[in-house]
Amino acid sequence: MIEFTSAPSDAPPIISPTTGDAWELVVGLEVHCELATVTKLFCSCPNQFGDVPNTNVCPVCLGLPGSLPVLNRQVATFAMTLGRALHCRVEPSVFARKNYFYPDMPKDYQVTQFDQPTNIDGFIDLPDGLRVGIERAHIEEDTGKNSHLTNTAGGGGGRIHNADYSLIDYNRAGVPLVEIVGRPDIHTSDQAKAYVDELRAILLATGVSDAKMEEGSMRADANVSVRRVGDATLGKRCEIKNVNSLRSLGRAIDHEALRQIDLLENGEVVMQETRHWDEDAGRTRSGRSKEDADDYRYFQEPDLVPLVPSAEEVAAIDAALPMLPAQRRQRLAEAAGVAPESVALHVAKGLDDLAHAAIVAGADPDRVLTHTEHNLPADGAAGLDPVLLTRLVALELDGSLTATQAKTVLADMVTTGRDPESIAQEHGFEAMDTGDLEGIVDGVIAANPDEWATFVELDPSDKRTKKLTGFFTGAIMKATQGKADGRIVNTLLAERRASH
Amino acid sequence: MTDLASAAAIAAAVRSGETTAAAVLETHLARIDEREGEIHAFNLVLADDARRAAAEIDRRIADGIDVGPLAGVPIALKDNLTTRGIPTTCSSRILEGWRPPYDATVVERVVAAGAIAVGKTNLDEFAMGSSTENSAFGPTRNPHDTSRVPGGSSGGSAAAVAAGFAPLSLGSDTGGSIRQPAALCGVVGVKPTYGLVSRYGLIAFASSLDQVGPFANTVEDAALLLDVIAGHDPRDSTSIPGPITPVTPVLSDGVAGLRIGLVTELMGAGIDPDVAARVHAAAEALAAAGAEVAEASVPAVTYGLSAYYLIAPAEASSNLSRYDGVRYGLRVDAPTTGEMMTATRTAGFGDEVKRRIMLGTYALSAGYYDAYYGKALKVRTLIERDFAAAYQHFDLLLSPTSPTTAFELGAKTADPLTMYLNDICTIPTNLVGHAAVSVPFGVGDDGLPVGVQVLAPALAEPTMFRAAAVLEEAAR
Repeated sequence: MIEFTSAPSDAPPIISPTTGDAWELVVGLEVHCELATVTKLFCSCPNQFGDVPNTNVCPVCLGLPGSLPVLNRQVATFAMTLGRALHCRVEPSVFARKNYFYPDMPKDYQVTQFDQPTNIDGFIDLPDGLRVGIERAHIEEDTGKNSHLTNTAGGGGGRIHNADYSLIDYNRAGVPLVEIVGRPDIHTSDQAKAYVDELRAILLATGVSDAKMEEGSMRADANVSVRRVGDATLGKRCEIKNVNSLRSLGRAIDHEALRQIDLLENGEVVMQETRHWDEDAGRTRSGRSKEDADDYRYFQEPDLVPLVPSAEEVAAIDAALPMLPAQRRQRLAEAAGVAPESVALHVAKGLDDLAHAAIVAGADPDRVLTHTEHNLPADGAAGLDPVLLTRLVALELDGSLTATQAKTVLADMVTTGRDPESIAQEHGFEAMDTGDLEGIVDGVIAANPDEWATFVELDPSDKRTKKLTGFFTGAIMKATQGKADGRIVNTLLAERRASH
Repeated sequence: MTDLASAAAIAAAVRSGETTAAAVLETHLARIDEREGEIHAFNLVLADDARRAAAEIDRRIADGIDVGPLAGVPIALKDNLTTRGIPTTCSSRILEGWRPPYDATVVERVVAAGAIAVGKTNLDEFAMGSSTENSAFGPTRNPHDTSRVPGGSSGGSAAAVAAGFAPLSLGSDTGGSIRQPAALCGVVGVKPTYGLVSRYGLIAFASSLDQVGPFANTVEDAALLLDVIAGHDPRDSTSIPGPITPVTPVLSDGVAGLRIGLVTELMGAGIDPDVAARVHAAAEALAAAGAEVAEASVPAVTYGLSAYYLIAPAEASSNLSRYDGVRYGLRVDAPTTGEMMTATRTAGFGDEVKRRIMLGTYALSAGYYDAYYGKALKVRTLIERDFAAAYQHFDLLLSPTSPTTAFELGAKTADPLTMYLNDICTIPTNLVGHAAVSVPFGVGDDGLPVGVQVLAPALAEPTMFRAAAVLEEAAR
């Protein structure tokens, strides 16, 4: 259906554990996410997770004879919003029926989009600079949920094959999904995880989905293949399903790559098929083979009319787009004069607005980023007044507070919302007199003559130098009860070492 | 008032208090008692429900409430229209025991207009057929000659009106399923423009072709019912938005100055000479009334039947997938879910339904889509183009409704292709979403009714009804 091509990558190859040969991993991800609309895709039933089974249903989402679908406009807006956030073109689109029999699907066809999806041809920029292409992001309906049960305790295991009976909950049937089909531009499991993480951040930023992998409102399937480094043609791929967390995604891809490499190195072939990740066993298991998969007999859904957004509608969606993670990284990195990759965590923690505002207000970028990365929690700190943070950093820079003291003051600022000056005063934090500090440094040196003798003899490149620097700094800090400025301590230590 | 009074007359008499809805109903129930045994127009007669509804109408009239334009008029509903709490079968075993939790929009509208639902009428299973012989509950017979079919698939609705069981009925028309039985039973049958009447609650056969429409003994009654059921429904995405032009006010406007074309491609091979003669007579009547009548050519209609028998089964194969035994209707138990579905569908569907599901599945299959379904869609576009060209020169077109008069039961059941040819004149209208009406226009050599078809472009029902009224007058 989709012609897969993938340019050679500069990602590190996988080295076969048995032959030592270099293999390239090629991964394309298909991510389904449930849209957080008030009602379902084609009816006015609540779109709600966790309710009593079969209570959020009506003739339309149960597919009762004679019922007809009507497109929820909020779904269209959310889907187009996501498309624009993924840099896609929004095109006039039509709905199609994907026909196959399955008891959790009320009509025994799924309304989806086929050859004319709503969003096409976009990309996601990952923090490390990798750009992953987006083939399409289309609207479709979710299915109900089967539970396979047995009459005897301990049997069945939730699988249809050995169940005595099944129960179906149609609350999820007709819940709106967007399927985001990524291009196979991913070459390591870490990149795959970063891609899903970034997509999740985009979904949350735009508010179109709550993107919870554990609750199934975001589900990732991975198309995995391997080829020898240098090969132009792609290997046969397997689609890995049933991956319920980022960690599982990484494990599943790594496992599947090694499985395929092992097959190919033993002269066997990779069968194109769906495989299910078994988290407990740490392996993938064969599902149904694509060769004898159903022919879905796609055709245009005659009960719906095409979705044709006006230029004004798309412009309004663009205007309403919030700042996206990649833009946030760019903005903060530019202000701080660092690489975007290095501020990913600040953005992920939601502290980039704070850091950016403080830096723009004149605070030292290095100190600000240290605080937002290490000293501030993701929850609760976003509301901190950037002016106060700027003042705190100024106190550090002029030597009024040591780094350790600043950290303590900052923690109090988050909980109380008060200004750094009065908190510092309350704690009795005053910069230590350099003369006092010199005496303490000399005292610590005198108390540890053997260590000092070793330290001064070492070549600065020797690994032990760092360790001993830490030893002396730690001892001095302890002696000053953390009141010493770490940078001054380092300067004093360096002076004494040089003058030895 | 006679027991075969028109719907318009009944409504007027009930509203004025000249008679009661209850009295009208009893007259019709008595007729049903008398002849339903031999006709079998109904899958279900709703005598008790109807009596309650009639009493309610009479009570409201006594209270001075305006109960609507169909006050106390008995109406028969094709059994593929959902009725809340009342079995709706599509004349199929597969829906055994199913009671819909909701009314079709058209049912809501006729009831809100004061009509009394008297029963659910027989049809070819899932509306697939041209004789009502494909019903799982046995065939309906033509009231004019019970050895003959009433046509189909809305044979029960046509027969109910022809037999005087109800002055009005609703049918559905996917390829001629209202017009052909109307012709064979000697009543008026209308296929409205696609999207004019809501499909919500019409159990789908082929979604892009299906349309609900009226049966009546007179053109005026058909207009009255169409005006009640037409109009936008937010529950049907294919429903035409905006206000609609009612047809009743223009019924007596005549055809003077209208350009009417006799479709040559629908007058040749396969059309019985006595039927063709009646169509020519109709053309003369229209000319006599002041229309400019000439021959028209719509070349691509000759491919209509072939395109239809790919498109309609393709959609049906998907629409009928939901009858899988999981949620409602028949279930034949089996060891696995897949086997249960197969067993249920094998037992629940009749031969013609299975035939069309297989045809449609094949037409949509990978590797065959372009050659079959895809090509049929192109033909559909060609037919649209040819109609558009014809309507550059004509306001309306004229043709036979059915190539023959009513045929004997069993005459065509052995050969599906012969049966399919019944719809050769009616199918093109569905493919392009236009409107058409069948009006009785005398009898054939066998003394059985002949219908002539007036075709109109989309939303030209008012013009179409003017011609229908003139033909009705001329046939008198």
